[in-house]
Amino acid sequence: MSLVEVPLHAVAHARAGDKGNRSNISVIPYLPVAFPYLVEQVTEERMRAVFAHRGATGVKRYVLPKLPAMNFVIDNALEGGVNSSLGLDGHGKALSFLVLGEITVRVPVECIPARTGKSER
Amino acid sequence: MTTVHIGCGAGFAGDRFDAAVPVVAALAKAKGERFLIYEVLAERTLAIAQRLRRENPDQGYSPFLDTYLPLILADCHRHGIRIVTNMGAANPVGAARRVHALARELGIRGLKVAAVTGDDLLSSMTQEEIRREQIIEGIALGDRDIVAANAYLGAQPVADALATGAHVVLVGRTTDAALSLGPLMHVHGWRGSQLDLLAQGTVCGHLLECGAQVSGAYFPDPGFKDVPDLERVGFPIAQIEADGTLVITKPEGTGGLVSRATVIEQLLYEVHDPHNYLTPDVILDLGEVEVAAIGPNRVRVHGALGKPPPATLKATVCVDAGWLGEGEISYAGPNALARAELAATVVRARCSAIGVHDPVRVEVLGCEAIFDSNNGGRRIRVKANEAGEYRVRAAVRTARRKTAQQVSDEVLSLYCSGPAGGAGVRQHISPQVSTASILIDRARVQAQVKVVAQS
Repeated sequence: MSLVEVPLHAVAHARAGDKGNRSNISVIPYLPVAFPYLVEQVTEERMRAVFAHRGATGVKRYVLPKLPAMNFVIDNALEGGVNSSLGLDGHGKALSFLVLGEITVRVPVECIPARTGKSER
Repeated sequence: MTTVHIGCGAGFAGDRFDAAVPVVAALAKAKGERFLIYEVLAERTLAIAQRLRRENPDQGYSPFLDTYLPLILADCHRHGIRIVTNMGAANPVGAARRVHALARELGIRGLKVAAVTGDDLLSSMTQEEIRREQIIEGIALGDRDIVAANAYLGAQPVADALATGAHVVLVGRTTDAALSLGPLMHVHGWRGSQLDLLAQGTVCGHLLECGAQVSGAYFPDPGFKDVPDLERVGFPIAQIEADGTLVITKPEGTGGLVSRATVIEQLLYEVHDPHNYLTPDVILDLGEVEVAAIGPNRVRVHGALGKPPPATLKATVCVDAGWLGEGEISYAGPNALARAELAATVVRARCSAIGVHDPVRVEVLGCEAIFDSNNGGRRIRVKANEAGEYRVRAAVRTARRKTAQQVSDEVLSLYCSGPAGGAGVRQHISPQVSTASILIDRARVQAQVKVVAQS
């Protein structure tokens, strides 16, 4: 099967939340057919590399096949979080889009939804 | 079989002021028991409220009470829709009195209002006792003055308050989910041992607590995730049966979207271990949860599992954390990036020259600075156009207001003493509160329900 390399943004959506200096970022495929490729390729190791410049100390991934979705918990990714961050985004709310832009995945084309301007309903 | 309908009117203090109006109109037509909840109490909000109460014992409830409630209080009372909210903040009894005053102004008769207290640890423990508890998250307390310390109450006190027949229930710090689980325990008679039902109710509360984040807001990504009529986004309504069947929907005729995708994003929002989401009522396991679209803007969520709750309650402790000083200035047009970076260099050098010892972050907005770190480790990899529009931002956290002002003023002085074309300076100096989470023995926290009479 031929695979194409695309940014994660092409095949998945995400939402970031915070608790203290810990960020959680969900990664959810638009199409369930993409899920096994995401589980294989969007690993704790790759997520940790995305946050290396922030000094993140650990990443834990939770796989939820029934949704399907993954949840990543990234320790010390928020430079202190709302308690002490000097950045504009102490909550790390924008970080879901850092992940969607930085990580690329190799998937069959049927994993990429047609961009008709409609999301899954 | 009674269906419980729970609508959400606000997901944070500052949420859209009139969002509840279509929710109330939809609830008025629904058959069953109807509730409207407002969640307005972030971790830090309580510290601000506690300060207000210290200055005036009648104050300390949410200042948003007067923003939200006058719009819907009469309609809710007319249609038997009961209100549950944490607008009580640091003074639930004061909030209840204010609701009575509003009712009088609006000509509402016979309103029964209850307040839940007992979350405030400063009224039952000394600062020293609080300082001795183990911190599980957040900053070290040191010897800094504790501004607020509140335990997260569960859903039982909310259910107890509703059992008094109150039309409006005002709480301070509870879990956000308790605002929904309390009504469900009250109507459906769910008990503490019915863990899977409590888990479903907690999922319901978790999905509602951020307002329109489950019904199409905080979601749109044009061309990828499109949502109709975001400016008229409908806030969510949950419908829950006694057996735990849960459907998320929104009022007819509103904008927004309730889909599998919007619900799954919110299901995992601010969740860490999805198999162990700790609340005072139940430990929630999302591992078997399934989300299914069952109609237009109707999504069913089922399969939440519950485990017995932890022996301790979480509490948030707020301490003074000095000042945040910020300043910003813009550069635009040809070679704007070079001028912005020169401005940043000047501010860094000046802060050092005038003896600012606290770390200062100086960054150029427009090159994904929001993703970067204090040392600019990512900036070197991001390609940006020389021409364009860039904004330089300096920020410092410091114990001294004067230092916060000095750093901000170094940006201001760029108007006449910086690179060409510097424009649009904004300065912001703000007092800061930091938080830590501790665990408290349940025996130390006694929730109480007070029916507050009209004064």
